[in-house]
Amino acid sequence: MASHADDEPTRRDFLVIAGNAFVAVGAAATLWPFVAQMNPDASTQALASTELDLAPIKEGQAITAMWRGKPVFIRNRTKEEIAKAEEVKGDQVPDNSARNDLLPEDTPADDVNRVKEGKTNWLVLVGICTHLGCIPKGQSMGDERGEFGGWFCPCHGSHYDTSGRIRKGPAPRNLEVPPYAFISDTKIKIG
Amino acid sequence: MAHESHYKPTSRFGKWMDERLPVARLVHGSFVDFPTPRNLNYLWTFGGILSFCLAAQILTGLVLAMHYQPSGAEAFNSVEHIRRDVNYGYMIRNFHAVGASMFFIAVYIHIFRGLYYGSYKAPREVLWILGVLIFLVMMATAFMGYALPWGQMSFWGVTVITNLFSSINELIPGLGTAIVQWLWGGYSVSGTTLNRFFSLHYLLPFVIAGLVILHIWALHVAGQNNPAGLDIRTKADAVPMFPHAIAKDAVGLFAFLLVFAWFAFVMPDYLGHADNYIEADPLVTPPHIVPEWYFLPFYAILRAIPSKLGGVIAMFSAIAILVFVPWLDTSRVRSSKYRPIYKWFFWLFAFTCLALGYLGAMPAEGVYVFWARVFTFYYFAHFLLVMPIVGLIETPHRLPRSIAESVLGPSRGGGITPATAAAAPEKR
Repeated sequence: MASHADDEPTRRDFLVIAGNAFVAVGAAATLWPFVAQMNPDASTQALASTELDLAPIKEGQAITAMWRGKPVFIRNRTKEEIAKAEEVKGDQVPDNSARNDLLPEDTPADDVNRVKEGKTNWLVLVGICTHLGCIPKGQSMGDERGEFGGWFCPCHGSHYDTSGRIRKGPAPRNLEVPPYAFISDTKIKIG
Repeated sequence: MAHESHYKPTSRFGKWMDERLPVARLVHGSFVDFPTPRNLNYLWTFGGILSFCLAAQILTGLVLAMHYQPSGAEAFNSVEHIRRDVNYGYMIRNFHAVGASMFFIAVYIHIFRGLYYGSYKAPREVLWILGVLIFLVMMATAFMGYALPWGQMSFWGVTVITNLFSSINELIPGLGTAIVQWLWGGYSVSGTTLNRFFSLHYLLPFVIAGLVILHIWALHVAGQNNPAGLDIRTKADAVPMFPHAIAKDAVGLFAFLLVFAWFAFVMPDYLGHADNYIEADPLVTPPHIVPEWYFLPFYAILRAIPSKLGGVIAMFSAIAILVFVPWLDTSRVRSSKYRPIYKWFFWLFAFTCLALGYLGAMPAEGVYVFWARVFTFYYFAHFLLVMPIVGLIETPHRLPRSIAESVLGPSRGGGITPATAAAAPEKR
């Protein structure tokens, strides 16, 4: 470039830049499969939905199902638990987002946005603490359920309420509500 | 290499080789007649001990990989198979598992040695930074290796640590989750994750070996630091590496191996965790997740910060800050032996690291959280406040005029005036 007296780009400058640009694009395109191979593969993605019968779960009981290798908490909430959850509105808890995969991100974290209409006793949550991924306690009868009667994560002390919302401790978000639908009165399909 | 080798090939083959590929000359110059300071103490034997640890881990790991099955269904049982059925498998597995702990004991002594004697100061900054990189890759290797037995602590340790990356969601929503799923190869930690960790656990030791070669190269350009923190100036300051330093290294290594063998043969599981003998179960979190002992101080820092992203940043900063130590320390004198004020802060820092280690093993509640915060504060204050300020206000003790004088007393060795000696260590 400098050999040319005037600053006009030459044909050679064009070829060098175009050639290097092609090399860069080609290198990136070659690299991509080596990066992308680590993402969830087709067989993992194929296990994306689970069907469940809720009929055997009595009021106050809870079960843990598996969906995409993750535990899903399903709790048949008592009247008091529902009342306690509805009493506290989204703007009174640390994370005012419903974290409901079927609703927009900015939906307030009111209890009504975390359950299905007419099925408010059923609370379905991904049972993974939003702090560092432990399984919170509170599914079995004798478990510690934390200060708010929902779930308690023993790893770093996060307390969730009866709507699965974070109330105290290091977790930044409410427990996630997975995408699910009632396919009959007592059956749900997660995913 | 900065030092000229005095290698003289004697055999005809030796001469022939020396003109074509002078490997013998390189080895002779680097490890036989290389001038080492005559005042090195036993803390300087840990470089050799660490080289031994790396070689031992690679050798025992190679054997274990011949019998281990890196799959979610087989991994746990194959480790039990190694312990019970494979000929000498129990012994080789214990060497490898205990060896990881011994490697970290040695590397922590080596790092604190460097901090006490100012081994990071000019002209050894690059040498020091390479050391920090080795430490980082070692931690990654150890973390992935701990996943392989696929017990409860393996599984939940991987879950907790990989989830650290999900804190990026607080900066760019969705990116953290994408990274975590990319690391896992699924929507949760699974056999897929184990498989890739095995692959990387096999690779990274060779990356460490490459970095170690650069580390030794940089060491041999600058020359070794020593307890007096002075440069080698005259012949009287140095002795040839062989037999002097090599013999001392051997004594240190054998003493270290006594401790190693004690753990490996008498209490191989002492440094591990009982929960790791329960097979990984994605539905049950152990009530109290703790990492291996060598990660505890950093784990304490992670938990001391009441925000997820903040905790992650603090934990990684605790390691990254070491890179800047050569420029944070403003003192003209290398060795803390001659630094009456800083010396006390050094021991306070050492105590802080031990205290953080203890707190990392305790549950994250009540008084433990309070003290974890106090010591986390001092950890960073030591680097960001103490190192720059003490270096400026402190009057160091008078330095010996030479390495030889520091060993033999003021009547012998060295012809340099005290004034230049005090100012010299920073200069080349």
